[in-house]
Amino acid sequence: MRPARARWSGSVGKHLVLILTSVLVAYPFYFMLNTSLKSFFEATTVPPTFFPTEGLRLDNYAEAWSKAPWPRYFANTLLVAGANTLGELVTAVLAAYAFARMQFRGKNVLFALFLATYMMPGEATLIPNFVMMSKAPPGTNPLFPIPRLNLYDTYWAQILPFLASAFSVFLLRQQFLAVPQELHDAARIDGAGHVRFLWSIVLPISVPALVTVAIISFYGSWNAFQWPLIVTSNPDIRPIQVGLNAFRAEAGSSYHLLMAAAAFCVAPIVLLYLVGQRYLVQGVARTGIRG
Amino acid sequence: MSVRVIPIGERRELASRRRAAVENVSAYLFLLPAVVFITVFKILPALYAIYISFFKWDIIQGPFRGLANYSDVLWADETRASRFWQSLSTTFTYLVITIPLEMGFALIVAYVLFQKLRGRAIYRTLYYLPYVTSTVAAAAVFNWIYHPQYGTLNQLIGLFGIGPQRWLEEPDGVFTMIASSIGATLPAWSAGPSLALVSVAGFSIWHFLGFQILIFLGGLGNIPAEYYEAAKLDGAGNRLLFTRITLPLLSPQIFFVFTIACIGVLRAFNEFFVLTNGGPLDTTRTVSLLVFRTFFQQGQIGYGSALGVILTLIILAFTLLQFRVLERRVHYG
Repeated sequence: MRPARARWSGSVGKHLVLILTSVLVAYPFYFMLNTSLKSFFEATTVPPTFFPTEGLRLDNYAEAWSKAPWPRYFANTLLVAGANTLGELVTAVLAAYAFARMQFRGKNVLFALFLATYMMPGEATLIPNFVMMSKAPPGTNPLFPIPRLNLYDTYWAQILPFLASAFSVFLLRQQFLAVPQELHDAARIDGAGHVRFLWSIVLPISVPALVTVAIISFYGSWNAFQWPLIVTSNPDIRPIQVGLNAFRAEAGSSYHLLMAAAAFCVAPIVLLYLVGQRYLVQGVARTGIRG
Repeated sequence: MSVRVIPIGERRELASRRRAAVENVSAYLFLLPAVVFITVFKILPALYAIYISFFKWDIIQGPFRGLANYSDVLWADETRASRFWQSLSTTFTYLVITIPLEMGFALIVAYVLFQKLRGRAIYRTLYYLPYVTSTVAAAAVFNWIYHPQYGTLNQLIGLFGIGPQRWLEEPDGVFTMIASSIGATLPAWSAGPSLALVSVAGFSIWHFLGFQILIFLGGLGNIPAEYYEAAKLDGAGNRLLFTRITLPLLSPQIFFVFTIACIGVLRAFNEFFVLTNGGPLDTTRTVSLLVFRTFFQQGQIGYGSALGVILTLIILAFTLLQFRVLERRVHYG
């Protein structure tokens, strides 16, 4: 046993590291909330104040909310993120089940195909997908060499490219492989086919993995920025992050309002994180995605 | 009336062949939706990107140019080539600043956090918070923390007697700035990365720290406690435990985090777009920003595709490296 004093001082050093890191990590959040509650005058006072000294200006939030079509941005984001999450779940469950529990010709080739798309960065497809979404210029062939879907400025442009993800397929395949073979055999003896087995046995016991996929997918759509920025221009269908970026310019030097807007854009996803932390952390730890 | 008698063996074989055929068809049906979407929006576009990069293509498709877009970007067209190489060097400078700091910091915090300390769960929740926050919102906050006039960072360094800085708006190299603060002048080649680039790196470290801590914590959890106990019995001190047990056994996670972080840095777009948009004086214009500007703001889709293909190849090299080493680890580790 080490002497009590040495143990105590050792743990002080450790706590010091953790507390200093915590301050650094938490400070921007504090800065955001602090500034969002100041008056315009106080927010631009030099040197900045550490607390709002003129009382908490909660009405900044109402003012920021009224200055841009936020309800529309939120609804758009919810619609797109919901569709993406649902679609990705369905396509991934089916494909993962086939890879995990079915025998078929060309399995290896198809699996390699999924692996290849998993490795391919989004940069590879950014420009051609944009070209595909836009309208064929007059006098050019709308199908060849590149098909034109003519979906610029639509929800579809924000949804369709994200309805399948190789990452989710791999994550669920791992999970489905872990379902005991005995369950499968028993179900087959009872006359259940693949669909029945998947629906009534595999899915119910895979709920945590499904939640992980759903949360990661939802989180990705909620924070999506570059793609919706380039395939939309109409504020009526643009999502939150693009709206927030536009609001940066509109707010100008009223940065107390910008901080209030940033706070309500961040709040839902932070809440989702706090509720679903276990699933998100598990999924990331297992697969290591980086946003 | 004749009845064709099928021998039992043949009947079984027929039945099993039919079952296999049914299984094949249903597997394809299960895979169909995912394969369709992946083919239409991932595989074909990757081929289209290469196709587009062979043409002069400004808004509409122009004449075939072969590899001329590539040669222009790499050496033939002076302005374009210098823009590309400058961006590439900016990107790799950014990588060199960000990754060692981020990983070292994350490793220390994870190591400390792994000890049985009170409040571990709270720390972990907190550290991971920046990672789930959108880059656009977080970068908007950092824009103001770094603000030359109203920002709180200048206030903080003022406490240490350092004068206010321009942070994201400062194109001067950090080495030049440090040297000039003590009255020395450095030759131009040793100016170092611009303060603006270092400031973006600061944001990036803040944003991704939690992700790395999480992966390292997972790795630390896999190291058997007996190793430490045995080494302690042999009289090994804390430092020895860290360098001889923790680091080697954590090497898969360290390598994994390294490659993932490299890929993330090479792809970084949002933080640069919001924090600096490539400025000041183009000192933070990374390759992914250059791709975006070329194709989206200047409408040069052909050149943009060529740049995109080059960036993709660089990223793919890191991905393949990651897969190869991790695979070897799994097979022979």
